[in-house]
Amino acid sequence: MEGQDLAQAYRLFECIQCGRCTGGCPMSLKTRFNIRRLIYEALVYENIDLQSKEVLWDCSTCATCTLRCPKGLDPTDIVIGMRSILVEGGRIPPTIRDALKSLAIRGNPLTMAKEERADWAEGLGVKEISEGAKVLYFVGCSPSYDPRVQRVAKALVQAFKKADVDFGILGNEEVCCGSEARRVGETGLFEMLQELNLETLEPYPVELMVTTSPHCYNAFQNEYQGLDFKVQHYTQFVAGLIDEGKLPLSKEVKRIVTYQDPCFLGKQNKIFEEPRKILKSIPGLELRELDRSRERSLCCEGGGGRMWAEGTNPEERLAHTRVQEAMDLGAEVLATACPFCLLTLEDAAKTVAGEIEVMDIMELVVEAL
Amino acid sequence: MGPRIGVYVCHCGVNIAATVDVEAVTRFAQGLPSVAIARDYTYMCSDPGQALIKEDIEKFGLTKVVVASCSPMMHEPTFRGTIQEAGLNPYCLEMANIREQCSWVHGEKDKATRKAIQLVAAAVGKAFLLEPLEERRADVTPAALVIGGGIAGMQAALDIAKAGFLVYLVEKEPRLGGHLAQLGKTFPNLESVTPLLSKAIEEVEGHPNIDLLTSAEVVGVEGYIGNFKVKVTDRTTRRELKVGTIVVATGYDLFDAQLKPEYGYGVYEKVITGLEFERLVSSSGPGEGEILVKGKEPQDVVFIQCVGSRDKSVGQEYCSRICCMYTAKQAFLVKEMLPQARVTVLYMDVRAYGKGFEEFYDQVRGEGVIYRRGNPSEIYKKGERLVIRAEDTLLGEPIQLEADLVVLATGITPRRDSLKIANLLKLPRSADGFFMEAHPKLRPVDTVMNGVYLAGCCQGPKDIPDTVAQAKAAAASAMAPLCQGQVKVEAVTSIIDEELCSGCGICAEVCVYDALSLHERKGVMTINEVLCKGCGACAVACPSKAIKLSHFTPTQILAQVDALV
Ligand SMILES: Cc1cc2nc3c(=O)[nH]c(=O)nc-3n(C[C@H](O)[C@H](O)[C@H](O)COP(=O)(O)OP(=O)(O)OC[C@H]3O[C@@H](n4cnc5c(N)ncnc54)[C@H](O)[C@@H]3O)c2cc1C
Ligand code: SF4
Ligand code: SF4
Repeated sequence: MEGQDLAQAYRLFECIQCGRCTGGCPMSLKTRFNIRRLIYEALVYENIDLQSKEVLWDCSTCATCTLRCPKGLDPTDIVIGMRSILVEGGRIPPTIRDALKSLAIRGNPLTMAKEERADWAEGLGVKEISEGAKVLYFVGCSPSYDPRVQRVAKALVQAFKKADVDFGILGNEEVCCGSEARRVGETGLFEMLQELNLETLEPYPVELMVTTSPHCYNAFQNEYQGLDFKVQHYTQFVAGLIDEGKLPLSKEVKRIVTYQDPCFLGKQNKIFEEPRKILKSIPGLELRELDRSRERSLCCEGGGGRMWAEGTNPEERLAHTRVQEAMDLGAEVLATACPFCLLTLEDAAKTVAGEIEVMDIMELVVEAL
Repeated sequence: MGPRIGVYVCHCGVNIAATVDVEAVTRFAQGLPSVAIARDYTYMCSDPGQALIKEDIEKFGLTKVVVASCSPMMHEPTFRGTIQEAGLNPYCLEMANIREQCSWVHGEKDKATRKAIQLVAAAVGKAFLLEPLEERRADVTPAALVIGGGIAGMQAALDIAKAGFLVYLVEKEPRLGGHLAQLGKTFPNLESVTPLLSKAIEEVEGHPNIDLLTSAEVVGVEGYIGNFKVKVTDRTTRRELKVGTIVVATGYDLFDAQLKPEYGYGVYEKVITGLEFERLVSSSGPGEGEILVKGKEPQDVVFIQCVGSRDKSVGQEYCSRICCMYTAKQAFLVKEMLPQARVTVLYMDVRAYGKGFEEFYDQVRGEGVIYRRGNPSEIYKKGERLVIRAEDTLLGEPIQLEADLVVLATGITPRRDSLKIANLLKLPRSADGFFMEAHPKLRPVDTVMNGVYLAGCCQGPKDIPDTVAQAKAAAASAMAPLCQGQVKVEAVTSIIDEELCSGCGICAEVCVYDALSLHERKGVMTINEVLCKGCGACAVACPSKAIKLSHFTPTQILAQVDALV
């Protein structure tokens, strides 16, 4: 696809070059990536030379741009479209290529064995969905394999049990939702993973799917075609349990906490209240809001394949800025509700002077059980 | 019993009171001879302020009132009304301007206070001698003249005619319609202009109250609101029309693109203006509904906005308002007729300010018209094609675009012959050369000439909806005096002392309102009190001191001076 095709496919003609996309883009704070200009170049150059645009891999697909565009364009999707041109031409950072290869072969980007996907749940007494359950807990890749994020999955299981939720997991049958594959421009692979998941799910009479990650939630909720059950991010589900009195939070957690809105949960799906509701239900916990929060939350740079590629300015990290902001607020805990945020922020927390703990909301919840 | 004067000193909030010791001024006024009462108050112009004056007139039997406050430009009409309501003649008011001429321009409080005291003393001195004047009225000829038969003039004429008044519509050209007759489809809804225009023309031509004079021109105007005498000629005849009010709707001209030689207009056939484009795409045009340039369909069409607008180098400082949208319309038409053509608009800003405009601009881009920011600097030839050189300011790079057709969005200018009408009607023009409205916000269709109103592009660039709206407003204003049947005439006029006048006529030369003429039999000058605006120019010019101005008589002025020195 060349400039004019891109223009047709993504309605680039309609762009008025106002620059709100670039003005709000977290990457423009630290790299030369300028989506407004890329759109214009695609529109006016005979042939736009995308191959040389290494900056295209900077985008975290946080979708701030899409949220801000006054003309209803979707610059996030335009980046994805441009990336797919690069992918087709074989111009792709090696680390992303390895992740995609692993996705194709093993169903996860982390080069981990398929058969080990459910190892984290050993000894927790978690049912497989094939044994029958109304609620399907879709764990996701990093919660399945990454030791740090496994703690979040375990916390969720503990809470589900406490609340007597009839749930099961797909176990080793689960494969990646494909969200990241789509975002690095590998649309074919996304479709393959979607098909695999749909096939696996087909026989089970599930009523509700709950995900750990906002990225999985977004893919199932907004991108999958043909799901016949409801999808929720865990913050929605857990907030419901608390509301219905099924999850009594009785122990005091005397900590000052602030909350990072994950882009895929907040900006992209407008889930702002539920996470806050959970935090506020924890006795003793003091919630302090970051200045840039909700729609203005600062992206942690973990999405859009950025877990596998550093981008053009690895020295400067927005996660670092974010941790600093949390500390300036006097927070003891920077809480979030997304595996990518958890990992990037925790990484950044190691490099700042002073003490701050990065936790998932669920880890605070189980402290209160 | 001598006059009984009331003096009212206004604080104007802190505007006056912060700089002038208003209480001291009031105490001083109270001590002046003939002053029955002096007061100060926060806002004299407010309802309670005015009520105070009215009560005092009653209670103290005041015969004259002095208000020391702002400029009479601001509130003289207000306070004249106030005292009139309390039964005094409105001309028994004198104002002392202690704001613009004192508190706003001075800093030291005691000096400012002293000056305010003097100003009040002068005003009281004059008030002592003020005489009641009679406000007169003149009958109105129940007919109107509309000059110009474009859409503005036609609309104004129709509205006045429909209200039951006779309208003379004078159009210079053999046919009605003005520029509209040269347009095809219109922004922002691509409606064809022909049916709209034919309907208006039919209505005008068929209306019993409209006397249509085509191929005709106004050559002389005399008189005043309510009673204008207008001379009109066409090829053969000369007529004199009597009308009460006049609507000017003489429209516009287009900027001459040759004044920007860098664009090669007039040199390259493939460089045309927006108005020429309208003909190019019309079904009666050279391609009979197809766009053909030298017999071929163009592959690349480039539109250039702001040619002769927002450009001090050619003396056109203003924005022509309609070119952004007519360019969008024309670019859309090219895309519609030649979907394969590449259509580029080169712009500085896109001003899509009107109802439905931004939406239309969205639609046009949605069709694939490419908008590039940067106004070109020159055009040259390359074989059969043209090359446009510009900077794409969004890329920050110089560019060269090739094209088979370049359309210049030439701006709207005042008519080149507008000075003629300006002189005939004594209409001022604003810096941009268009006829000037009496007030940019509050009197947008009036002129400083009572009884003369403006409609359409003669007042400034406008699209059709704004032109029609303004025409309807001008018609309504022009009808008001016709409906009333009488107009109020300025009471302050010159008075000629026939004993002293030698009939030299020097006064008539200085009078811009043509209010003075020689009385044939008596051999002295006479004044037309309806035409006279009371400016006083003649009184100053008269070598025989035969003219004085009522309300500003020498004794009144000298009394003021006496009080000051
Ligand atoms: C290329 C182009 C495209 C346009 N497209 C659109 C569009 O799509 N939509 C839109 O809303 N607007 C459009 N316009 C604007 C539109 O032309 C004007 O809004 C409209 O014509 C203004 O009407 P008017 O009556 O004020 O002036 P005019 O149309 O200029 O009419 C003035 C009339 O007065 C006559 N006249 C002048 N002097 C005298 C005199 N001394 N005595 C007697 N008669 C006199 C003239 O002969 C003329 O008939 C376009 C303009 C241009 C140049
Ligand atoms: S999705 Fe986020 S990172 Fe990507 S271009 Fe938009 S704002 Fe920038
Ligand atoms: S925000 Fe939308 S319209 Fe504005 S420059 Fe970006 S894509 Fe274009």
